[in-house]
Amino acid sequence: MARPSPWRYVGRRILSALPVLAGVVVITFVLTRMLPGDPALYYAGQVDSFQAVEEVRHRMGLDRPLPVQFVAYVGDLLHGDLGQSLSTGQSVGREIVQRLPASFELMAVALAVGMALAIPLGVAAATRPGSLLDHACRVTGTAGVSLPTFFTGLVLIYVLYYLLGIAPAPVGRFPSFMRPPPSVTGLLTVDCLLAGDFGKFRVACAQLALPALTMAIFTLAPLMRMTRASMLGVLSSEFVRQARANGMPWPRLLFGTALRNAMLPVVTTMGMIASSMLGANVLVERVFAWPGVGSYALDAMVSLDYAPLQGFVLTMSVLYVLINLLIDVLYGIIDPRVRFEA
Amino acid sequence: MHRRDLLRASGLALAAPALAVSGARHAWAQSREDTLLVVVEVGQNSLDPQGLGVNQATLGVTWNIYDRLIGFGVKTLPDGNRTFDFDHLVPELAESWQVASDGASVTFRLRPDAMFHDGSKVTAADVKWSLDRAVSNPGPASQMRAGALEKPEQFVIVDERTIRVDFITRSKLSLPDLAVIQPSVFNSELCKKHATADDPWALNWVKTNAAGGGAYTLESWTPRQETILTRNEAWVSGKKPTFQRIVIREIPSAGSRRALLQRGDADLSFDLPPRDYVDLAKDGRLKVLGVPATNTFQYVGMNTRKPPFDDVLVRQAVAWALPYQEIFDTALQQRGRKLFGGPSALAGTAWPQPFPYATDPDRAKALLAQAGKADGFDTTLAFDLGTASIDEPVALFIQEALAALKIRVAINKLPPGQLRGSIGRREQPFYLFSFGAWFDSPEYFFFLLYDGKLDGPSNGASYANPEVDAAIDTARATTDPATYDAALRAMMTAAMRDVPYVPIVQPFVNVAMRKDVGGFVNMFHRQLDYRPLTRV
Repeated sequence: MARPSPWRYVGRRILSALPVLAGVVVITFVLTRMLPGDPALYYAGQVDSFQAVEEVRHRMGLDRPLPVQFVAYVGDLLHGDLGQSLSTGQSVGREIVQRLPASFELMAVALAVGMALAIPLGVAAATRPGSLLDHACRVTGTAGVSLPTFFTGLVLIYVLYYLLGIAPAPVGRFPSFMRPPPSVTGLLTVDCLLAGDFGKFRVACAQLALPALTMAIFTLAPLMRMTRASMLGVLSSEFVRQARANGMPWPRLLFGTALRNAMLPVVTTMGMIASSMLGANVLVERVFAWPGVGSYALDAMVSLDYAPLQGFVLTMSVLYVLINLLIDVLYGIIDPRVRFEA
Repeated sequence: MHRRDLLRASGLALAAPALAVSGARHAWAQSREDTLLVVVEVGQNSLDPQGLGVNQATLGVTWNIYDRLIGFGVKTLPDGNRTFDFDHLVPELAESWQVASDGASVTFRLRPDAMFHDGSKVTAADVKWSLDRAVSNPGPASQMRAGALEKPEQFVIVDERTIRVDFITRSKLSLPDLAVIQPSVFNSELCKKHATADDPWALNWVKTNAAGGGAYTLESWTPRQETILTRNEAWVSGKKPTFQRIVIREIPSAGSRRALLQRGDADLSFDLPPRDYVDLAKDGRLKVLGVPATNTFQYVGMNTRKPPFDDVLVRQAVAWALPYQEIFDTALQQRGRKLFGGPSALAGTAWPQPFPYATDPDRAKALLAQAGKADGFDTTLAFDLGTASIDEPVALFIQEALAALKIRVAINKLPPGQLRGSIGRREQPFYLFSFGAWFDSPEYFFFLLYDGKLDGPSNGASYANPEVDAAIDTARATTDPATYDAALRAMMTAAMRDVPYVPIVQPFVNVAMRKDVGGFVNMFHRQLDYRPLTRV
């Protein structure tokens, strides 16, 4: 029996996401308009009369009826134009394209570090439940997730930068007095390698280290707990006992058979963490002056800047759909029993 | 296997920062002396000094990229700080100017050797185009109107190097209004190349491109990250600046900005919370300056159209009940000049000056009883979350102090930046805000904040008093010192008696910098003028 093609499944999933995206467009438009505050008054600044405010409103196109504004917005959207940001004066599409890789790079490294620590620890805790190691894992995990990320970030800056001076200044992705490599992928570390500049690669990694560590600490707990719980279930299942009885070597059994079977819920958790880290890491981004999409959206919201906010929500919705799709495909790879059927 | 590989990889990632430091430090040292590294919370949202909805940082950066016809002089305050001198205008692009004998116009003579950044000559046509642009667009027009500069016909080219500005009314503010940011002089030929039928003033292009001839040229701008300015070596409109490069790095977290300063990795920051300036001053490694912001006060506003604040007795009761000293010491960390506890009679016509109110609960109780509110009332006190680090403790102190008068205060926190709009719509009965006027002229301050005829967006108390309106008109029009003085006294006395706004402090413009940075001059726009800064 041939397995159904995953591609048809992927295509169907993408098609089914279209109505969701249309809904997102409508809802974000309506919600941004429902934000308290008056952008015309905000952007007019300190003016002498209300007539001046009305003139500003007219220039911003905000005096037109909402349906007219919506039609104009959708029209621009269909042309691939997400509009212009009032608070940075730049095109929203271009800014998101520039900022997304910054968030992605940080998220990817943080997740990799988080997984590299959480999975072995989770496995170790699961093989010795109730041991000292198990308790230690629980305590560190809980501490990591309970401390707000901006606090962890500031503590790391204080100790590693301010006191010890071994971490670089928290000034974003690249220090002021060096030219970043030509942008190819937007991922600074990758661009450095593509340019063959190892000195800059090290600088980029150094800038990345503290924020990534801050975020990794935050992801430790959910990943570790999930690995542990899932592993406990798998280790007590019959097929593991059978394999053990048949004399399968313990490391191969643990990391080959058992871990693979325990990975499904871990991957689900990872997907959720990845999606939220991409857009909701405002605090880490702000503490480390990281030019990501999260702080972009927050700044837009604070300054009643509708276009970037709508662009951000739309981009994030597309990414959520894609990440969820990727997770589903990963399921298929990890667990052959998962079939790509409706 | 997996686990070992992963652990080894993460170990490498952790070791990387230590390896990288040496390289970064080396590059740093090369241009350190000639470069000023400024850390700010937010950078500019436009490069157009005449743009619509431009933020404070835009004013700061364009101040250095563009020249005006004239500028303000500098005076030294008794405390040794230096600040702009509103009464003393100095040449910038204009090497001289002459007010007509009938006072109906002023004629400017341009420097013969002034050039824009692209090397083209600054002509009277450029000046006219720039001033026309300023009065024709809603962003800058409001500021231009303050100096009675309203129509393009007022700006007349006499010859290539001479331009005349005709006054439609005699206003003392017309000349100083040509020294502020909006009347910056643009390279009109360059701008016109990027103008379109829909956009004759090239608003879209100037938003992201510099077209000036000022002391600094724009080297690069990465929005929300970094702006780099380079000294314009061909600049002739003033003394050549010391710093060859200015790097403005946006660091949103105040804690990180402070750490950068203390480590000596940044040279200067001027937007930290008050608490940090106090700590930095104590710490002693940095130079911390606090200059009272010109013509500005931080106040408690009460809407005179919303009961119970429509009763002047209630407003006076609140003014006698506020816990001024606690607010000043704890919430504001004494970073400001006290505007409470002044003498009962007006002390001259300097503005702002201390109001006679101090904390006197008995007096407040008596006034409330007189107003028929002995049993107190319920109200909400609004503040903006954008300034929460200062305003939240202030609000809590007020809530506590008024509870003693049975005034039950609920606190209303508005999302950052939204209080201004809410005040504009007159929604708030009771709120914390600050107001400042660029012009160091009391009647202008009163015109925007207290004028009932104008009833403008800033007058959140909806204050209207015909006596004050008349005094404002008189003060703006008169040239007779005695009449002027009497008008100022009338409006100030009314402001203290009617207290629609209870001022707490005249806030400081705070700057923290490395000890080797000097030359700071406080400007009306409260942003940095990079031109006079030096490395000592």
